[in-house]
Order: sequence, then structure tokens, then C-alpha cells
Amino acid sequence: MTDTAAVTAPTTQAPRVRPLRRRPSPGRIVAWAAMAAMVLVTLLPFYWILRTALSANAALAAHPGDPLPVDLTTGGFERALGLQSTEEAIAQGGAGGGLRFWRYLINSVVVSTLITVCQIFFSAMAAYAFARLRWRGREKMFGLFLAGLMVPTIFTLLPNFVLIKQLGLVDSLLGISLPTMFMTPFAVFFLRQFFMNVPREVEEAALLDGAGKIRIFFRVMLPMASTPVLTLGVLTYITSWNDYFWPLMVSYSHSSRVLTVALAIFRAQTPQTGYDWSGLMAATLIAALPMLVLFGIFARRIVSTISFTGIK
Amino acid sequence: MTIASSSPPSRLPLGAAEEARPKPRTDRAGARETRGDGRLAAVFLAPALLGFTVFLLWPTLRGIYLSFTRFNLLTPAEWVGLDNYVRMVHDPIFWDSLTVTVEYVAINIGVQTVSALAIAVLLQRLTQSAVLRGVVLTPYLMSNVVAGIVWLWILDTQLGIGNEIIAGLGADRIPFLADETWAIPMIALINVWRHVGYTALLLFAGLQAIPSDMYEAAKVDGASEWRMFWRITMPLLRPVLAVVLIMTVIGSFQVFDTVAVTTNGGPANATNVLQFYIYGAAFGRFQFGYASAMSVALLVVLSAITVLQYRLTRAGQTDLG
Repeated sequence: MTDTAAVTAPTTQAPRVRPLRRRPSPGRIVAWAAMAAMVLVTLLPFYWILRTALSANAALAAHPGDPLPVDLTTGGFERALGLQSTEEAIAQGGAGGGLRFWRYLINSVVVSTLITVCQIFFSAMAAYAFARLRWRGREKMFGLFLAGLMVPTIFTLLPNFVLIKQLGLVDSLLGISLPTMFMTPFAVFFLRQFFMNVPREVEEAALLDGAGKIRIFFRVMLPMASTPVLTLGVLTYITSWNDYFWPLMVSYSHSSRVLTVALAIFRAQTPQTGYDWSGLMAATLIAALPMLVLFGIFARRIVSTISFTGIK
Repeated sequence: MTIASSSPPSRLPLGAAEEARPKPRTDRAGARETRGDGRLAAVFLAPALLGFTVFLLWPTLRGIYLSFTRFNLLTPAEWVGLDNYVRMVHDPIFWDSLTVTVEYVAINIGVQTVSALAIAVLLQRLTQSAVLRGVVLTPYLMSNVVAGIVWLWILDTQLGIGNEIIAGLGADRIPFLADETWAIPMIALINVWRHVGYTALLLFAGLQAIPSDMYEAAKVDGASEWRMFWRITMPLLRPVLAVVLIMTVIGSFQVFDTVAVTTNGGPANATNVLQFYIYGAAFGRFQFGYASAMSVALLVVLSAITVLQYRLTRAGQTDLG
């Protein structure tokens, strides 16, 4: 069972004693070198995206190995955002028009926001019912939800596509969002763990003050779980932002095209002169930057939640 | 049974809600432990249960049903028994595709697990830097599509910086993603680049659970880092490692995005992974029944692997007690 419980480690953060050794041992030097190499491999592609996006295609072909942007230009971004005329685009090595990354950016924001807000809220409600409400069949129902964890997402995509088509929601943002808008077994499972760890006394004190359970959920449980909710929220946002397979099935036109699908289409349009690398990298940056910013804002809390609870 | 029946899913949540309603509430005032919350639970559970039933449970059952039919989306599904499965067993492209997928998974998971373990241990034993933990996670923020396109550029035979470096060193340029032998390993490595940091953090979470005084004690006894890794870290990390392995293997088998944007299944079906073949059957040739049968096969393979790995690694037990 892909049970997350086993990954959930107790947060024993014993204070660590800094090694007293003054002179670094050869082993430590090798270890630091490995770390440095790892950081380089991790980060250099990001720099290369930026460098290419700011270069002109013709110059890229002449100076493929130059570490700095060659023939500095914003043409790539203009093409990706559809700000160039077809002639201009073709002259600069593009495929000529048809791209509207502003539109795709907005579509991605709408889909990811809709999925994240609804999924986390509904999952939290269900998690509360599983963690703290008393009703018959609770354990059996939770077992069923857990079994859902074992069905690979990909297995449900074909039947879900048939369903979305029958509902007439193909090629709509709602159609893309719907399957993951209500819950994922993981979100329910993860939040239930946190609700179960909220001390009962807190809840009982609120009950004695005359608060109802609905009020307790909104005023006590949700605020107390703000960090896990936030982490789960950001990760859900990133996951839906990055999803490609499902939107590819459902979306056919500009109106419902999200960034991942648009990027793949852009990559498939090869102008006669070869790939429009500058435009592609600019588009890639437009698709990637919002997530980097989002992560940058919440990085500290997310990293500590993942690295001390093993969320997934 | 036709596929057009759409009402069953909505019936289930209501039924479940009824079942969940217990004896009438008697005591309104107190916070008595015995009081049931059936009605409230039904309200709280309703949206998630609706989503679970309509978009998870129902499609799972329907996917299995469709695998026994001939279905092209336009006309109602027609029951054909085991025909799709018979065809699958005799389809050489299916077996090729399964082989390619297994090759991909072996390289992807092998390299990724070893690297993630190394990174996790470095993050634990060498430095406690939270910044580095953040850096490690950055590729995970990209989509597979972005990762695929960026590496397609870096590995480009003529203009890619990767091949520039190779040519600069005096070696021959390698058409990494256009070559039958290189394509699958390269796609596997691209996905390692994207996922290794996340996997490392999951393992790091497991490492945090190992009491640090065990390392202190071993150090006093003169144990080397290498010895501590094999005698302390590995045995105690095993349950976490097992779960992470199961998760990543399942994810790895579903590879699609990276293939779609880098090689498009080619050259000559060299990267025609299972999910890509399934997609082509469904959306290229409109054989939804056959595509569903292959999905069921994938599901069976994944379930078998999960059970097997769980058994082999004794994931349920921990040595920490």
C-alpha cells in the first residue's frame, strides 16, 4: 500500500552538534565537491533557459557555446506572447504567430486555483469528518478512500475523458479542473493525520463555550492546521500547474489551453530554419517563473514540512 | 449495458449519507462522547464523496468494463469479451513497449534512488542548510514538459551546450535524443533531474527520525562515515526507503510527458513507452477498448510490483521499534 504513514516521521529535531574538526578531512572535501556538482547540475539549466531566451536565434547558431546571451533581444518573449507580426516572427526564426502565452498563463492560473482551493477545502471537510466526527461506517469508508490511493491516476484518465465528453465539458477549463476539484485520497489522508493530532481538549473547550462543530472546524481546526494546509495547497497548485497529460486530452483550442499544452504545441511547430530556441526558452520561462516565485514565497515552510513529515 | 448511463455515480453518495445517519440525537447541550454526528458528517463528506465516486471509483470500474468492449467514443461500447486481451498478448508492439518501459524504469529508478540517497545523506551528515534543501527542490517546480524541452535544447546535436562541451573535449557529437540506444537512458536521466531532489527530501525526512546519538556513539567508537552509513543509516531507513521506492516506481511506470515533448515515441518506436502507446491507441486510432485493456495490464503490473516490493523490503517493519 502506498501508505504515507510510514514516511511520516516523528519530528525529532534533536539539536545537532557541529563537528569540531578544524581541518577538513579528504572525505569532507570530496563530499562538498559532490554537493557543489549536484547544485550546479540542478541550477545551470535554469540559467541556460534565461541566457537562450534573451538571445537572438541567428546568433545562437553562430555562438552555441557562449556563456552570455548573444545579440541580446526580447524578441523571444515578444513571439511567445504574440506581440510580433508574422513577418517579424519568421524573420527572427519563429514559426509565425498563433501563440498567446498571456491567455495560456491566465488559463493555467484559473485551472490551478480552482483545483487547489476546492480540493483542499473539500478534502479538509472530509478529513475532519474522518478524524473527529462520529458516524457509522466511518472506518469502512476511510478504508475505501485509502484503497483509492492505490489506483494510479493514469488509470482513471481514459474513463474520465469519456465522462467529461458525455458531460459536454470537453475543451473547457471546468472540464480540466473537475476530476481533481473535489478531493484526492492523499489530501484527505494527509489532513486527517493533522486533525487527529489536534488535542481533544482544544475542541472540547470550544464545545463548552457553546460553539458548534461547524464553527469548530472553521475557527479551530483549520487555523491550527494552517501550515500543513498551506504546504499541501502549494504542492497541489504546482502539481495542477505542471499537469500535461489530462489537459492534453481535454483541451482542443486556445480557450482552454494551459501552459504545458501550449509549450508542447510550440515545440512541435518547427520553422524551416530549425527550432525557435529563443522563443521556446522564453515561453518555458513564462511557464516556469510563477512556480519559482510561488515557491520562493513559501519555501521555508514547505521545505521544512516536507523534510520533517515526508509529505507525498 | 450501455455506456451512456450517467446516473449511478450520483446515487452512491446519498446512499452512503443515509447509512451514515445514526440514531436520533438526544442531548443537544453537552459534548457527550457518545453523541453521533451522522447528519453533519454527511454534509462534510458529501463533496469529497461525490468526487471520489464520480471521478475515481466509477472510472476505475468503467475502465475495467471498457477493456472488454470495442469502443470508439462515437457509437456505444460493444461487448467483445476477452478479444482485447487476446489481441494484446499477440501484439508485438505492446511487448516492445512494455520492454522499453521496463528499461526506462530500471534506469530512472536505479539512478534516481542512489542519487537521492546520496543527496539525502549529504543533507543530513554534511550540512543542515535549509537553503540547499530548497535548491534541491527547484527542478521539481518545473513541469515534465518544461524539463523535457530544456534538456532537448541542452542535448541538441548541433547547437546544444551539452554537445558543445563534448565537441570541445574533442569527442564526437552524440545525437542523444535521436538515437535508438541513447534516447531511453536520456529521457530517464531528464526525469531523474526533475525528481531526484524531491525524492531526496522524502528520504531526508526518514533520516530525521534516526536518533542522532546513534551517530555520536558510533563516532566515539571510531566508526567511519562509510561504516555508519551501512550499519546505522541503511538499516534504519529501510522502511522509508521501501515506501519511497514503491511510490517512485509507480510514478515512473506512468512516464508520458517527457517522451511526448522530446522524442514523440521515436526513433523507430525506441521510446514508445506503454503510456504513450496507450494514448496513441485511444486518441490516435480511437480504440478505447484496446487502450483500456492495456491500462488494466499496467494496473495489474503496478499492483504486483507494489505487493512484491512491500514483501521483499518488509516495509511494514521498522528496526527502531
